Amino acid sequence: MTGGFQPYDALMSLFREFAALPVAFDWAEKDSKTTRGHPRQRRGIRPDMKRYSAFAIAREALRHHTGWERAWRSPEPKKKYDAIIVGAGGHGLATAYYLGKNYGIKNVAILEKGWLGGGNTGRNTTIIRSNYLQDPSAAIYEKARSLYETMSQDLNYNVMFSPRGVMMLAQTQHEIRGYKRTAHANKLQGVATEFISPQRVKELVPIINIDGPRYPVLGALWQPRGGTARHDAVAWGYARACSAMGMDVIQQCEVTGVRTEGGKVIGVDTTKGAIDCDKLGLVVAGHSGVLAEKAGFRLPIESLALQALVSEPIKPCMNVVVMANTVHGYMSQSDKGEMVIGGGTDGFNNYTQRGSFHHIEETVRALNETFPIISRLKMLRQWGGIVDMTGDRSPLLSKTPVEGIFVNCGWGTGGFKAIPGSGWAMAELMAKGHSPLTDEFSMFRFREGRFIDESVAAGVAH
Amino acid sequence: MLTLTCPYCGVSGEETEFHAGGEAHLKRFISGSTDAEFDEYMFLRENPKGVHFERWRHVYGCGKWFHAARDTNTLEVFGTYSAQVSEPPKEIKDKISAKRPGWSWRNFK
Repeated sequence: MTGGFQPYDALMSLFREFAALPVAFDWAEKDSKTTRGHPRQRRGIRPDMKRYSAFAIAREALRHHTGWERAWRSPEPKKKYDAIIVGAGGHGLATAYYLGKNYGIKNVAILEKGWLGGGNTGRNTTIIRSNYLQDPSAAIYEKARSLYETMSQDLNYNVMFSPRGVMMLAQTQHEIRGYKRTAHANKLQGVATEFISPQRVKELVPIINIDGPRYPVLGALWQPRGGTARHDAVAWGYARACSAMGMDVIQQCEVTGVRTEGGKVIGVDTTKGAIDCDKLGLVVAGHSGVLAEKAGFRLPIESLALQALVSEPIKPCMNVVVMANTVHGYMSQSDKGEMVIGGGTDGFNNYTQRGSFHHIEETVRALNETFPIISRLKMLRQWGGIVDMTGDRSPLLSKTPVEGIFVNCGWGTGGFKAIPGSGWAMAELMAKGHSPLTDEFSMFRFREGRFIDESVAAGVAH
Repeated sequence: MLTLTCPYCGVSGEETEFHAGGEAHLKRFISGSTDAEFDEYMFLRENPKGVHFERWRHVYGCGKWFHAARDTNTLEVFGTYSAQVSEPPKEIKDKISAKRPGWSWRNFK
């Protein structure tokens, strides 16, 4: 820098003086004078957690970003908790969050064997929709979708929920009938969807080829308030809110055993030692079967790899989510410009987090026909996650044969969209012993013949 | 990507030539069984992270059903064997024991 007068520096130092006054920005956070208590306390968030806001950014900008704190603490486990949640993915963290927020149960640990949000929460295609056929499914998925609408405000964390609209293409006569049936069911359930014409599809998605030749677009099931969200941010936002409530998010802590006494859970053994608990929630998706075995019961679940891939980033070309289930491919454009593509599930049990190579070809081949402009795109990354599939393709939110142990799993190929509703319902189940949202999703429903058959309605070919 | 060898026609091919048929060596429980037995037979499946036994079919080949022993975590195939048996043959079990000492699957070890 040369000498002389620097108007920018002078202005900044003036601002810095101003920001150093502790009261300087307090007015910004007292957003309501009519309700008693600090706004953060009213939201159930510890007042010592710093809120994210435009003012916080300004304040930190003025002190060279030295005041940002870690989003969540990294504590050592205590001897005992009221409740332990195994699995710090979206569903586990959401369960813990609503245990604290809705039921005041805050002496909670969330144990994660890897890193937070490193499983399926960070491996999905971020699609959010609730256009399911069966009533119990529509109830929990629509609860989840509606919670996504206000999640950024609730968590004080931008999860970038983008209700850009989701369409599921009908490319056979059978699909037309199926989706019209779903649209009627959704009307009765209070879920806003409609069956739209091929012309409307073309208006919404100009880059689509609706003429076939193999599978022309004959219409679509359209959910205008479906969309996407930033998947990592969902996990991070929940983790931060849980930590702010005093909960312990403990990463790199694998559960190696479940201790029971007289048919009741008393704690878990982990790579960080034994931890006692009164209630235990198993929320570990692909590894649910492995963990259930440690607890001494079996789950009607099989684990398979499901893949996704993204292209190089390109200019904005598609502002809705398109799912083409007959040809099996679904695609949306991320905010970075990458085309996010959902692939196929392996045909055999495995825990590889890779998936078979030939599914990539099948998916890309299908999408090339539907979206000719992507034919020369380079694919950047491919990955897999382990999905936990039940026989009727609906989840398990359930008590188990061991008293005090609850499971939340079986979300299969479509768990991300359900995270807040799943956590809301699972928290109620764990706190009160039952929940209207989970009643139908018992792990014993198969034996009782009460399937929630979504294998044809779930949207993806399983 | 799996590479399997059909024990009938002897052809080795990658998995697109075959079709997975689920858990191996199931015993049927239908009429005269208890609810628990039927539940287990109908709805519960082994889902191990490790040694697993499955039925496969050589769909784009000789069409025969056969059995495969493999690891669901590493995708290693320990061997394939005849469909006409109700438990894995000794040589397959020995092969697994050499590579995964102390393994067990259902009642087999």
